[in-house]
Amino acid sequence: MPVIKPFAILMLLLGLAFAANTPSLAQAPDAELSTLVDALGPGSFKDRTAAIDALTQTGDPRVVPVFETLAAGDLYMVKTSGKVVFIAKSGAEQALTDPVTNADLDTAAKSDLDKVKVNNSLRRTLRTAIGQLTLLSPNDSVRLAAAQSILRDADPDSLELLESAIANETDPTIKATMITARAIIILKLDATSLEQKRAAVPLVAAIGGRDALAQLSAALASAPDELKLTIQSNIDGLARDQAAWDVAQNVWYGISLGSVLLLAAIGLAITFGVMGVINMAHGEMVMLGAYTTFAVQETIRQNAPGLFDYSLAIALPLAFLITALVGIAIERGVIRWLYGRALETLLATWGISLILQQAVRSLFGPTNRQVGNPTWMSGGFELGGISITYSRLWIVVFAAVIFFALLLVLKRTALGLQMRAVTQNRRMASAMGIRTPFVDAMTFGLGSGIAGLAGVALSQIDNVSPNLGQGYIIDSFMVVVFGGVGNLWGTLVGAMTLGIANKFLEPYAGAVLGKIIILVLIILFIQRRPRGLFALKGRSIEA
Amino acid sequence: MITQAIFRAIDRKAIWLVSILLLVAVAVPAANLIIPPGQFGHIPVYLVTLFGKYLTYAMLALALDLVWGYCGILSLGHGAFFALGGYAMGMYLMRQVGDRGVYANPDLPDFMVFLNWQELPWYWLGFDNFWFACAMVMLVPGTLAFIFGFLAFRSRVTGVYLSIMTQAMTYALLLAFFRNDMGFGGNNGLTDFKEILGASVQADTTRAALFAATAVGLAISVLICSTIVNSKLGKVMIAVRDAESRTRFLGYRVEYVKLFAFTVSAVIAGVAGALYVPQIGIINPGEFAPANSIEVVIWTAVGGRGTIIGPIIGAVLVNVGKSYFTGAFPEIWLFALGALFVVTTLFLPKGIVGLIGQYRTMTTRREQHQRPEPTEHKPASDVQPKPAE
Amino acid sequence: MTEKIDTMLYLDGVSVAFDGFKAINKLSIIVHPAEMLAIIGPNGAGKTTMMDIITGKTRPDDGEILFNGRTDLTQLDEAAIANLGIGRKFQKPTVFESQTIWDNLEMALRKPRGIFATLFYASDQADVDHITEILETVRLLSRKDDLAADLSHGQKQWLEIGMLLAQDPKLLLVDEPVAGMTDAETVETAKLLKQIAKTRSVVVVEHDMSFVRDLDSRVTCLAEGSVLAEGSLEQVSANPHVIERYLGR
Repeated sequence: MPVIKPFAILMLLLGLAFAANTPSLAQAPDAELSTLVDALGPGSFKDRTAAIDALTQTGDPRVVPVFETLAAGDLYMVKTSGKVVFIAKSGAEQALTDPVTNADLDTAAKSDLDKVKVNNSLRRTLRTAIGQLTLLSPNDSVRLAAAQSILRDADPDSLELLESAIANETDPTIKATMITARAIIILKLDATSLEQKRAAVPLVAAIGGRDALAQLSAALASAPDELKLTIQSNIDGLARDQAAWDVAQNVWYGISLGSVLLLAAIGLAITFGVMGVINMAHGEMVMLGAYTTFAVQETIRQNAPGLFDYSLAIALPLAFLITALVGIAIERGVIRWLYGRALETLLATWGISLILQQAVRSLFGPTNRQVGNPTWMSGGFELGGISITYSRLWIVVFAAVIFFALLLVLKRTALGLQMRAVTQNRRMASAMGIRTPFVDAMTFGLGSGIAGLAGVALSQIDNVSPNLGQGYIIDSFMVVVFGGVGNLWGTLVGAMTLGIANKFLEPYAGAVLGKIIILVLIILFIQRRPRGLFALKGRSIEA
Repeated sequence: MITQAIFRAIDRKAIWLVSILLLVAVAVPAANLIIPPGQFGHIPVYLVTLFGKYLTYAMLALALDLVWGYCGILSLGHGAFFALGGYAMGMYLMRQVGDRGVYANPDLPDFMVFLNWQELPWYWLGFDNFWFACAMVMLVPGTLAFIFGFLAFRSRVTGVYLSIMTQAMTYALLLAFFRNDMGFGGNNGLTDFKEILGASVQADTTRAALFAATAVGLAISVLICSTIVNSKLGKVMIAVRDAESRTRFLGYRVEYVKLFAFTVSAVIAGVAGALYVPQIGIINPGEFAPANSIEVVIWTAVGGRGTIIGPIIGAVLVNVGKSYFTGAFPEIWLFALGALFVVTTLFLPKGIVGLIGQYRTMTTRREQHQRPEPTEHKPASDVQPKPAE
Repeated sequence: MTEKIDTMLYLDGVSVAFDGFKAINKLSIIVHPAEMLAIIGPNGAGKTTMMDIITGKTRPDDGEILFNGRTDLTQLDEAAIANLGIGRKFQKPTVFESQTIWDNLEMALRKPRGIFATLFYASDQADVDHITEILETVRLLSRKDDLAADLSHGQKQWLEIGMLLAQDPKLLLVDEPVAGMTDAETVETAKLLKQIAKTRSVVVVEHDMSFVRDLDSRVTCLAEGSVLAEGSLEQVSANPHVIERYLGR
């Protein structure tokens, strides 16, 4: 149940936001309305009641704040002109606002103003009038907004009005909201009967989430003893749901972080796993991908702003191409001379990473660059108790697509077959006519290109700076080492495990300490399984 | 027995190196203190400090060389041991500030007052005492190296895996020391030192003495390393580097050999850090940065690993270059450093010392003594498991 | 059961599998003190894996391995097994190439292997004499100060045998000792191994049938991880299974 209900409320909220932006159907001309408002000022309570009736007749929603201000006793009339105004203290003087147009008027001394007087009978009239204007308004969205507002405030005084509104309501959604609001009020009021309260508890509980939890907890204190047990059990149920949602939210954050790690690590898994080459410049490939996105967006901004939403689609192939070419150049220029010397490769690629960082710093400057989100990646939505941003969602989808595409490449293409052959037995593969240097270069190009794609994705959620890659390199290595070298599924499991574990540790230990704990745990884990989760066994491996 | 081992270590090369270092330990401070400024031969105090810094780096590189050059363990986390030694010394120096801090609190260092701490954390106790701090300078890095090494070497984590793990170790420490609630000054680290052993750290004489101490420290480290590598244990270390599993079948406990080298190396690195801090006047978490540790590797590689003198030459040369470049062309420095990594690994696997050695063999035609390249790497097939599935 | 106590090496029902592939399948072998056993068999028969299991490099999934009739080898690691007195020569000669021949032998010499014992080790006259004697046996005395890398393939084999001798083991596991040797060297090696086998147990894995004949010892033929035939060389090579699976024809 609580899954559906918050969703319905969400829809209502969206409707409300819509309503606020649309001009009401019933809107009287400003001047006419001002005259009617000014009629509130002079005369007796009786005259005022007549003026209120006249205003209610207009059905204009702008009347509602005036009534509310009047009910609170904060409505004033300027002595000289007889104009009714809103006031706000501004230094020694009072700043005046036109209640109809909301335009700023002069300031005036308090002594120049008369309070528009109000008594209890008038307050009742006002409440009914406000109800007429809102809960009974012919406009659906206004009624909904009113019901929502009562749901929020749960003012016991509006119960009577709410009852009549419920009786008249035809729209089922709005009616449901009103009934829920009534239930909250019933729980609050001492005067209501036990049966009424008993019936109200499940309605309130059905709101779900923290709101229901708060309402019920408040009700628990004042509830009659017979009801306490029911309320308590509902509270427990809600707390359980809430805890489950928290877990789900953490899992989502974890998956999101895991996808980022997966994107950063998967190219590394190829070069490290398939080729046995440690590429310390891998992070810089990610960085280059991000800067490609930046460059593409800059070009689009200057030449064809209309294409902005397509900037990522343009950046993706470009980033892949650029980083793949850089990767191939590194492989041909440096790494191929160092095969079999893993530690030297590590040092040489570290040197390359320094050069690439400084090159980007010289070209684009050392500061963060702004990479914009296309409209379809901004914003977010709520799914049950989980809030999800579109950028994160797309990155999860993107990581999954890359992962499975890569699996396909390795399993189904000629290059994939050759890559696996070279991995298993380089000399035999070469004897069978596979051009191993070509395969090496292509593998490195593929791994680097994927890092470039990761860079495009990461530019959407991270700062694009020359140090971008540095932040990911250690984490990516941890993923590959943890998951087990030479197995893409291991990389997937490794990334997700680390991502989720990180997010679950964060609330208890804080982000930094959580990260330290993860690092220490991996160091300990490697002691037990030096070749990672998905280790391969065999004589050749252990040699 | 021990004297015999040390005696054997003192071959001609080691004697030369130690003598030069001792000479430097006397000459440089003398040139600063005795020769008046302006006169030929005077070394200004900032240069004394700069040279002192280079020598601490040389010590760090020598420590790394003991594990990498001789034992085949490429540690990318030696900066962590250096920094830990530095922090231990920094804590002593902080305690010597006493009530002369900005907040004039006699019991607490400034940053703790700033964080509203009421009392000194337990792990700061004892650091008022110089000798206690000195013990910690060696014990803390040594213990960390021992525990880390024990776990890693026992489960036979080797090669690039070990390198990445050491990098993760220093990265974890970097993150930890950035935290304010660790009680080590967080982001800013420890600084604003006043006195060491009662002498002002700013005074010329103190700086000269610190330089002399560093040179002597380096000389002692050279002796220790020379003793180890010239002993039978040194031969076993090289055996482990070249053919680890064969060494095991001879009955040597490879993990203990590595553990010994790693721990001794960490202690030397810690002492280097402790000598560094009073001269530079600050220690902060930046010293734990993985990039720093990798830089140490390149000093060692440039000079020539697997030799005693190589890392010392490398550390001094690269850092002189760094001082020059970062002053004159700051934007070029990273290009130069990056190129240095690439060029050294591609063209100078044995470093400058190896180059000189090659030149010598070429000129004297003693080809038989040209040593083969260290083969700490395994054949490619070993590090390349099955493809992804 | 009294039999176990009298053996130098006792393997019973040993199995090991790599990713489902049974490299060794219920293997049972016995070697007595001061006895030589030659092991032959086709490639992939599990000969090297058997040595890996005995020396602690690979853990068996199942089975019993006893040394000297009482020590359970399955619980020990390589170093501990080596220190019990089991020496191994690898198929591919593995010597410490960047060190001198003398240093190679000095490291192999049976001495305390502890860290500090090694650090403060100083060779006495007895050690020098012993190493010199071994160098004479393996004919490398004249090259004692050369680097091991500079030796020929056959010389490296000899150096490794010399290192085995220096270890002074009770049991020697020798994997293809004559690969890369000249015929004359092969004959010499056979003589040397027979000499050694007078006081110690020796297990030799070899493909060279004339060499095995020279050894004149008990022969076991392995195939697919278990024993195919046992006996003298004549008996084994007459065995129809052995002819079919290994010797061919």
